[in-house]
Amino acid sequence: MTENNGLGPSLLRVQDLETFFTLRKWGFLRVGEVRAVDGVNFDLREGEAVSIVGESGCGKSTLAKTILGLQQPTGGSVHFGDQVLDTSDRRQMDWYRAQVGYIQQDPYGALPPFMTVRRILEEPMIINGVKSSSERWQRMEKALTELKMTPVEEFLHKFPHQLSGGQQQRVVIARAKILDPQLIVSDEPVSMLDPSVRVEILELLRLLQRDYHVAVVYITHDLSTVRYFSERIFVMYGGQLIEKGLVEEILRNAKHPYTMALLEAISDPDPENVNTFKKVPGGEPPSLANPPAGCRFHPRCPYRIDGTCDQKPPPEFTMTEQHRVSCWLYGDAS
Amino acid sequence: MAQDNGMFRVQDLYLSFGTKRGVVQAVDHVSFAMPKGQTMVLVGESGCGKTSLGRALLRLLPRNVQSYEGSVYLNGTDLMQLSEERFRRDVRWKQAALVPQAAMNSLNPVLRIVDQVTEPLETSGSRKQWAQARQRAEEVFQLVGVPLDFLERYPFELSGGMRQRVILAMALITDPELIVLDEPTSALDLLTQANIMNVLKRIKQEKGFTFILITHDIATSSELADLAGIMYAGQLVEFSDAYSLFTEPLHPYSQKLMASVPTLKEDKTLEFLPGQPPSLLQPPEGCRFAERCPQKFAKCSQEPPAIDVKQGHQVKCWLYERGDKRDRK
Amino acid sequence: MHALKRRLNELKEYPSAVVGLIIIGLLIVLSIYAVISIPYAEAVRLWRGGEGVWIENPRNVPPALVNMLPGVDRPETMILSSQDQPELKEREQISEDVTEFVISMPFTYEYGEFPRELSAFFSADYEDTRPFIEVSWIKPDGEEIELMDGNVTDRTSYRISQDRGLQRSLDGLRPQIGLFARDLEADPPQVQTGEYELRISGYLFEEDASFSAELINYGQVHGLAGTDHRRRDISIALLWGTPIALSFGFLAAVGSTIITMVLAAVGVWYSRWVDGIIQKLTEVSLILNPLVVLVMVGTLYSRSIWVMLGVIIVLNIFSGAIKIYRSLFMQIKQAPYVEAARSYGARNLRIVFRYLIPRAVPVLVPQFVTLIPALVFLEATLALLGLGDPVLPTWGKVLEDAQANGALYLGYYYWVLSPSILLILTGLGFSMLGFALDRILNPRLRGM
Repeated sequence: MTENNGLGPSLLRVQDLETFFTLRKWGFLRVGEVRAVDGVNFDLREGEAVSIVGESGCGKSTLAKTILGLQQPTGGSVHFGDQVLDTSDRRQMDWYRAQVGYIQQDPYGALPPFMTVRRILEEPMIINGVKSSSERWQRMEKALTELKMTPVEEFLHKFPHQLSGGQQQRVVIARAKILDPQLIVSDEPVSMLDPSVRVEILELLRLLQRDYHVAVVYITHDLSTVRYFSERIFVMYGGQLIEKGLVEEILRNAKHPYTMALLEAISDPDPENVNTFKKVPGGEPPSLANPPAGCRFHPRCPYRIDGTCDQKPPPEFTMTEQHRVSCWLYGDAS
Repeated sequence: MAQDNGMFRVQDLYLSFGTKRGVVQAVDHVSFAMPKGQTMVLVGESGCGKTSLGRALLRLLPRNVQSYEGSVYLNGTDLMQLSEERFRRDVRWKQAALVPQAAMNSLNPVLRIVDQVTEPLETSGSRKQWAQARQRAEEVFQLVGVPLDFLERYPFELSGGMRQRVILAMALITDPELIVLDEPTSALDLLTQANIMNVLKRIKQEKGFTFILITHDIATSSELADLAGIMYAGQLVEFSDAYSLFTEPLHPYSQKLMASVPTLKEDKTLEFLPGQPPSLLQPPEGCRFAERCPQKFAKCSQEPPAIDVKQGHQVKCWLYERGDKRDRK
Repeated sequence: MHALKRRLNELKEYPSAVVGLIIIGLLIVLSIYAVISIPYAEAVRLWRGGEGVWIENPRNVPPALVNMLPGVDRPETMILSSQDQPELKEREQISEDVTEFVISMPFTYEYGEFPRELSAFFSADYEDTRPFIEVSWIKPDGEEIELMDGNVTDRTSYRISQDRGLQRSLDGLRPQIGLFARDLEADPPQVQTGEYELRISGYLFEEDASFSAELINYGQVHGLAGTDHRRRDISIALLWGTPIALSFGFLAAVGSTIITMVLAAVGVWYSRWVDGIIQKLTEVSLILNPLVVLVMVGTLYSRSIWVMLGVIIVLNIFSGAIKIYRSLFMQIKQAPYVEAARSYGARNLRIVFRYLIPRAVPVLVPQFVTLIPALVFLEATLALLGLGDPVLPTWGKVLEDAQANGALYLGYYYWVLSPSILLILTGLGFSMLGFALDRILNPRLRGM
């Protein structure tokens, strides 16, 4: 069942995606596996912005890398346009890499310290066959101007360590955008920046997304920024997407106990908070190597149904066309 | 003048250290006062000097320190006057404790938890003292919510959230008057963060510790704050009770900062602050925020004093020169 | 690159680096001078040259500098040749075939000490009948001493100082002393300064015959660095040893470090068995003692400097350094920017050379610089052990000759000192530069 929210043709479709890492002892003895992405399905439209929210260790970074083609899935498939991605197909991967941009969390680490901004921006172009240097210059100029890094000449000569955190991240965004990709995957793009800078960067990203009709996957643990960025949100826990829906719907009407706990855990800057205790479940995020049986959240879930939740993993139930939940509270175990 | 009946008072604290490129003024004449049993949050962005201030309060000075001046009054005594040895013996970790940033990663991996938690008690090895220390460890573990059998374990066996609680226990074990926490929850995932905040809240309410919480996470800081201070470029630009600061910030920087925090529950248009904070190597003359301030005017070329707008609320801004908000232009 | 240049400018702030650079500069200048003034083939010829090449030098004498010491007045070599000064010769035709001639070779001797050796060389041009000569020595006080008489062939060497008969007639004093002594009985003998003359009178028995003579008064000092047991001017070897040492060190260092780095990067990036092989090779090589291997190669295979260079490079590559680079690259491999590069399509080779290796350059540069003197020393060590290149004049060769000929035992300190000082200077210069570079470029050592 596809999730058509009327935005247009499907750009990225992920089907039953699994990315497992085998744990080996002594280099060859198989002792287990880390199930970082364990059965993920979603559908992304052209030009759509989607947030994937999850805590550290939920597998979101691995999901990002699998979508980018940096990681070969061990099961399921990734569809881009009408093609199925195959990381062993060199030509396809070369083509695909130019279609997808990547923004990473650490702005300083994402930039080679020994290259100037100019070199950094030129690399993707050189690699992907933009031969004419005047075209490269044009693209660089456009990219930096859009990201409000002017005068352009001044920035092109600088090295990463001469830029502020916000500026560095803008170079990263420019680099991701410079080949006019159809999809940008951003993994925690602002979490290492100062609060007053975060807004600026998110807004720039949002503007680019709108102006150029680029699909963006925004991965974060900061639920409160999601409203300002995307239409849809997926909540990830233990390698799985446990709730999907429109942002406003989820924020007002979350169904999955984990999502509800997340919403409860986030604070608004409200001085009244001092007097209230948050009702959040204790416990720790599940180990991806040894996940709990049945529903991954059941050990911490205040609404756990013994006999069901601890034994059978819940399927995806449809609340509304857009709102899906993987939780036994909303369906029968039939 | 800042409130004086508080037991913890800082006056004109100044810290600078020398680097190859010059002298960095990390903390520039910071003054504030807070009553016992309350929690103050110190908020600012990277490079504003809040971590330096926190460490300076406990006299954990960098190796290349140049000037360290001012007064720090704890229970009426000026800690700055004490000798290094007396400070180390009587104050640090006895009356005042620090939970540094990412402390949970600094637990010694080869020692058992119980040995590390009891270390601040400096037991000399006698059986009786050791037993007392152990009992105290059990008490604080109950306080922070860590199961007692974790005492026998090694740090690698504990999750991040548990380790942070252990660190908290280490700070509390000597029953200090003042505890400074530097970004206690930033490395933890959301649910664990909320849990730790709950723990801190409970400790605060039950035991009446005095906390200074240093963080750049404004939203989370509202969970604990009775008082709040905003730091910018090494200076304390606004200090007041939490309610005033969160609902009606007065300093233009505080206003911009509050406006940049995303909210979940209410609709809000976010604002951001273009530009960067000034370098602490050669801070500009006059108000340090003037360059980025939307309400700057002529007088801002002189450094503003800390003005008392009302009892317990001080702002370092010329807009409030006559004690009330002045129209610009 | 710009970053590197900027950092290198910091070098000015380190006095040790400046001194090091000056020393290296001097060595380079010396090398250039050596190569220009004496071409390679010529240098080799000179160094191999037998008696014919070096006959005009005294044997085993210290440098001329020695005369600057107080109380030292050693003679320098004096060469008189009748060919160069034809006016010394008087010819008189007696009969149709017979010509009588007298060659007189006067010289002024004013040194305080005696010459080392005294030799006369006669060359004659004739068909059948050998010329006949009589040689006599005239001292400043007019005393004439008969030295020899007899027939000469086309080339005759008369080693005056080794003439035993003469020695006996001089009361047992060796001729180079006795012929210059004021008083034969004095102990120690004193030099009689003044005008001396060697007179050769003789007869030519053919019309076209000719005769010339050369007198060599061997000094007690020679040149900048003295001479060795084969009368060779040591300064030639020192001079030419410089470019050899520098280029050997440089080539070996370049080969080792760059190849090591590239191999480590490739191994780390491509991983799996490539990395495994490199590691195993390294571990084996670490167990081997490089000197032992070199001795084996030199003894059993070839002592050519190129072979040695090759073996040294290979041994150096698979040594501790590659493990250091490997761990460095493993760290760099994890950097986010490497992952980003993969995401925009950079191929493996590009990542290795443009993203991994540039990070290693700050580590490579100081290591490279400090490796150079180590390799220079290694070459000298090999030479000392008798495994030096048989043809080339290197510092190590000089040391080997010195040691083989008992230099220290015989008191020829200069023979050992000059190459040693040059070796030490090289080591000092490069090490100082290298350590300063390390302080600048190695981020962890910054600020020390």
